[in-house]
Amino acid sequence: MTAVVAATYRQIRWERKLFWRNPASAGFTFAFPLMFLVIFGAIYGNDRVRLAHGTARYAQYYVPAIVAFGVISACYSNLAFSISIRRERGVLKRVRGTPLSPTAYLAGIVGNAVIVSAILTALTIALGLTAYGITLPHRYLGLLVTVALGAICFTACGAAVATFIPNEDSAPAIVNFVLFPLLFISGTFGTISSTSFVGRIAAVFPVRHLVKQLTAVFDPSISGSGISLVHVAVLLAWAVFAIAVAAARFKWEPAQR
Amino acid sequence: MLAIEVGGLRKSYAGVEAVRDLSFVVEEGEVVAVLGPNGAGKTTTVEILEGYRDRDGGDVKVLGFDPAHGGAEYRARIGIVLQGGGFDPFLTVREMLTMYGGYYPAPRAVDEVVELVGLTEKAESRVRTLSGGQQRRLDLGLGLIGDPQLLFLDEPTTGFDPSARRHAWDLVRRMCVLGKTVLLTTHYMEEAQALADRVVVIAAGEKVAEGTPESIGGRATADVVIRFVLPASARVSDLPVAASEEGGRVAVVRTSTPTPVLHELTAWVLGRNEELVGLTVERPSLEDVYLELTGDDRTNDA
Repeated sequence: MTAVVAATYRQIRWERKLFWRNPASAGFTFAFPLMFLVIFGAIYGNDRVRLAHGTARYAQYYVPAIVAFGVISACYSNLAFSISIRRERGVLKRVRGTPLSPTAYLAGIVGNAVIVSAILTALTIALGLTAYGITLPHRYLGLLVTVALGAICFTACGAAVATFIPNEDSAPAIVNFVLFPLLFISGTFGTISSTSFVGRIAAVFPVRHLVKQLTAVFDPSISGSGISLVHVAVLLAWAVFAIAVAAARFKWEPAQR
Repeated sequence: MLAIEVGGLRKSYAGVEAVRDLSFVVEEGEVVAVLGPNGAGKTTTVEILEGYRDRDGGDVKVLGFDPAHGGAEYRARIGIVLQGGGFDPFLTVREMLTMYGGYYPAPRAVDEVVELVGLTEKAESRVRTLSGGQQRRLDLGLGLIGDPQLLFLDEPTTGFDPSARRHAWDLVRRMCVLGKTVLLTTHYMEEAQALADRVVVIAAGEKVAEGTPESIGGRATADVVIRFVLPASARVSDLPVAASEEGGRVAVVRTSTPTPVLHELTAWVLGRNEELVGLTVERPSLEDVYLELTGDDRTNDA
């Protein structure tokens, strides 16, 4: 057990090195969500909105959506790409031929995704605080729990979707085909009413619940931790389902060509 | 002591038998080539031994382990050289060897492996900048980094030009000097002949012959073919031994006892004060034997 933990730690370090070795890819992973924040600011403006007690900047509501988008990119997209591409390039097969514990190898990929999510969350909040005048409601536990849960759920979803990607060329198309409709109907890029038709469909999927959970954590107009058991339950359920799908379908070898 | 024992191995894919009732053994320290045309079942066999695939039947024991259930302990003792691919393109050669070395309980020193496979000058280069031949050397280095007892080489020189192939052969010979047991698959006869102590020829999933490259398929005892141009004044019937004539007045003598036959022929021609122009003495090449052994399967092989 300690050996697996030590191997996981070493593997996370290698994964971080691998991640930063491709600065173009690493750079866009960070730039993409931050760019969306800037574009939102430009499109929707950043007016003060009146709340029950005081006011808040409009950005108070789209910064958490961008945090959610960042976690989803760093976890879901990153895992779906790296697992499917490494499988098709024979990297997974090579690793499988060594004594390295498969758990440690996969944990290394997940660990790096979680670290990237944490950095991206911090950067997005920092940009919100400095450039968009948002307030931090000091719900650090709620923020930690939500980001951690989001990371678990979306790394699992990434691993599950990777098993449906038949070759490396189709990876971007499939990853984004699954993700972008969900981002839009979940209100990541603009408010969607929960009672609308689209809102009801979105409520089945995890993106909506991560966005709403993070929005609640940042919402100055509500009291308490901001944690909603419904959001937590749906994210956990998707995590379990995705892990089951990934475990049942996972392959270490490239598809036969 | 036996490094590999395979008995009655069977494997089918979707009802098609890729390997049927295959048996062979490899002694410790031996270099054995599994030789056969594409689709003969070589890769399937090796991947079962490497632990990548389950078998449908038969007994397999490698270094005392059942590869299907050997786990990390088994994988720590073998080295696998893949048919290319599986690199992390943004790492340097040294980093990749260091990373993979870290997966083994008692790896070789990275510098030593870099030198062994001749990549010293490329040690700090990104893997993506390596040429095809250099990548195959890195492949070999990754197979050796864990200091394995047994090395699997699956078609190590497929797609190589002749000089790259010779270089790769030198590397494999160095493995043998290190006392490693090596199981290699190939569809090149010269490769088996150049590297292997013993050859197992398979076709359509079955073993068709086994032996040293010198003796396989009865090569050592097969008839020798003697050819020479008939002296101008002689006819085939004048020769002191039974012979036939090919085009261009070439006499052909087939014999299982070449020494006395050559003795008679040379005595005869010296007596006539003439010369045996274009004299050749040939045994069937490994290639001839191989084509004969696997010939039936070549035609229906995709």
